Amino acid sequence: MVAQLTSVERQFALLVLGLLSLCGLVMAAAANDDLFALHGGLVLVFAVGLGFLVLSGLDAPEPSSSRFSEYYDDPSRVAIVLTMGWAVFGLAVGDWVAWMLAYPDLTFDAAWASFGRIRPIHTTAVIFGFGGNALIATSYHVVQRTCRTRLAGQFSPWFVLLGYNLFCLLSVTGYPLGITQSKEYAEPEWYVDLWLCVVWITYLVLYIRTLARRREPHIYVANWYYLAFIIVVAMLHIVNNIAVPVAWNHSRAYSAFGGVQDAMTQWWYGHNAVAFFLTAGFLGMMYYYLPVRAQRPIFSYRMSIISFWGITFMYMWAGSHHLHYTALPHWVQTLGMTFSLILLVPSWGSAANALLTLNGAWHRVRDDATLRFMMVAAIFYGLTTFEGSFMAIRAVNSLSHYTDWTVGHVHAGALGWVALISFGALYSLVPSLWGRERMHSAWAVEAHFWLALAGTLIYVFAMWNSGVIQGLMWRTYDPGGTLAYSFIDTVVAMHPYYIARAIGGALFLAGAAIGAWNVWMTIRGPAAASQAAGDDRPLTVLAGE
Amino acid sequence: MFGLHYRLEKHGLALVLGIIFVAAIGGLVEIAPLFTIDETVEDAPDMRLYTPLEVAGRNIYIREGCYACHSQMIRTLRDEVERYGPYSLAVESKYDHPMQWGSKRTGPDLARIGGKYSDEWQVAHLINPRAVVSQSIMPSYRFLASTALRTDDLGLHLKALSRVGVPYTQEMVTNATADAIAQASADGGEGLTTRYGTATQARVFDGNPGQVTEMDALVAYLQILGRLTNAAHANSQPPEE
Repeated sequence: MVAQLTSVERQFALLVLGLLSLCGLVMAAAANDDLFALHGGLVLVFAVGLGFLVLSGLDAPEPSSSRFSEYYDDPSRVAIVLTMGWAVFGLAVGDWVAWMLAYPDLTFDAAWASFGRIRPIHTTAVIFGFGGNALIATSYHVVQRTCRTRLAGQFSPWFVLLGYNLFCLLSVTGYPLGITQSKEYAEPEWYVDLWLCVVWITYLVLYIRTLARRREPHIYVANWYYLAFIIVVAMLHIVNNIAVPVAWNHSRAYSAFGGVQDAMTQWWYGHNAVAFFLTAGFLGMMYYYLPVRAQRPIFSYRMSIISFWGITFMYMWAGSHHLHYTALPHWVQTLGMTFSLILLVPSWGSAANALLTLNGAWHRVRDDATLRFMMVAAIFYGLTTFEGSFMAIRAVNSLSHYTDWTVGHVHAGALGWVALISFGALYSLVPSLWGRERMHSAWAVEAHFWLALAGTLIYVFAMWNSGVIQGLMWRTYDPGGTLAYSFIDTVVAMHPYYIARAIGGALFLAGAAIGAWNVWMTIRGPAAASQAAGDDRPLTVLAGE
Repeated sequence: MFGLHYRLEKHGLALVLGIIFVAAIGGLVEIAPLFTIDETVEDAPDMRLYTPLEVAGRNIYIREGCYACHSQMIRTLRDEVERYGPYSLAVESKYDHPMQWGSKRTGPDLARIGGKYSDEWQVAHLINPRAVVSQSIMPSYRFLASTALRTDDLGLHLKALSRVGVPYTQEMVTNATADAIAQASADGGEGLTTRYGTATQARVFDGNPGQVTEMDALVAYLQILGRLTNAAHANSQPPEE
């Protein structure tokens, strides 16, 4: 890691880490509340720890200039290891909270272990920890290959990766302590948000600079998606998290928006975090790794163009369908519904594009579990976007909203689409990044695939059942014209489905654990006999960089 | 059209600007008018402010992630109005930074929970939900009753809230800590009612007069939910079927 940096970069790293340590120290020493002090301590430990790492390599010889004839893959390698770590952690916490809903005494009577504090750990760990690291790893890899150039800089890729993981760490340690601003999928408090802002802008600058150095006239499709993901997430993050802290040294802040405006801003953010973090980013992954693995060109270039701009434009309107029948003005609800319905066109455009690319490669899908991960992901992408448009319809939403149907829907997307495409991409990336012929165990990839598929199906069917039953029970009247069920009746009816869901989650977790083991064994395994570096290198060597 | 795109995909910065432009339209059209159009939020002349104790309770509600299971938004649907009470109006959450409308009901909606149960019921329920609702799957919040409430920074909280548009006066900010302690005691205090109105509920919410606990604050907050204004009850429009 450190040996790859030039001595100037090493010194710069020390300077940045010194500033970060100072920040942590001030936070810890001058805090107005204990939680802020604890987080200051965490920042300090993180920065000092990395500082020692850099110091230990400070006197290493300068990296040779031959590095410019190679891609810069070290950050991707570390990001992949972090991805698998976050996956196992986040899924384990998720399964724990799933059991908690079936057996509420699993909180052990501890303040930190109640459902409300643990659930955001799960969502943040899987969305931002697992998903985010997978996106960083693959975007670094893809942008270099498709632009035939090395990443623009050696320090900033590390700053983005490690800074981003500090953000994840601060978030998931904050929730059990009680640090949250209670905005769904944007729970971190103001100072963590500010830090992410710095990291994310660096990411954007790094990406744009790398694109600017490309040796190809055209910007490849996958990069449009990665670019939209980075840009729009920055927009969403900044607007949604505008807040006034209680004091500069206090962990709590108050959102600038209140009531109905806050609700609209929050779902504009929340829905588009799904659109741009969990869809656009992973579509970028799909548009690169699926054609490469299938050894087929993408089915239709024009369809990619239409899909891309359709998604970028229309998704941003669709958030308000989360607020049907609420105090949000009717016209905004209707606009949201309308655009959610039209959104089906570009979404299915991408899903069809992926599946049609596989036409002529079905024998590969049959034999190669890695490609099967990607194919099933594309199918789930199509199914989930259809379900999403369907659920945006007012009448359907009146039944599904507030029930487990929504939970089932987001997990069909999260497990079926996001996680499967990521595992598919990682299984094709890991052997090539570490110079191995193939994954350590093909059998384990196969086992992971079936566990993941079975887990997803059990989970989603359980939640569909519980959601629809609960929604119907809420609105059932007896012949006398009064409500037939009390609320607790519906809670009791959910019990078997909650157990089924937790079992489905456990299967999915088992698959991911096998995957993590397989990745680790591949990394530790012997290098391929003939290292065919071949054409996997930048097109032109840029002298003096 | 594809000719234009041919050029666009060769210029990184043009692509960046294109994405920003295209992505910005939807949000601008839907969000910006909400801040200017008067009809977004109804007038409610009788609207009260949260007292400092209720703000502290609300922060505990937020800290414990209650929104993950309980909504605070009764929709304009007949069965919801019959189950929970009049549907929610925008004005009722005018001072909620951030809002707690929620997106999931693992437990019932809480928008009109205030005054529905006694303090004793709320405390017993928070200490052990299954003691009062035998099949509840809510975790217990026993520790609230034994944790002292932090009140010394409440002035800062009110100050921050006033910066984002909640009309707290300087006097309210100055007296925040005293008002919180007064509201959690049996006799309340004259200052409290002059500042926050005579309808302000002052009593020992957790049944333990010795100490102002987090339980006091949370119960005070739960008991005010849906009672900041009567506008929803006065609203005569029928819900949708």
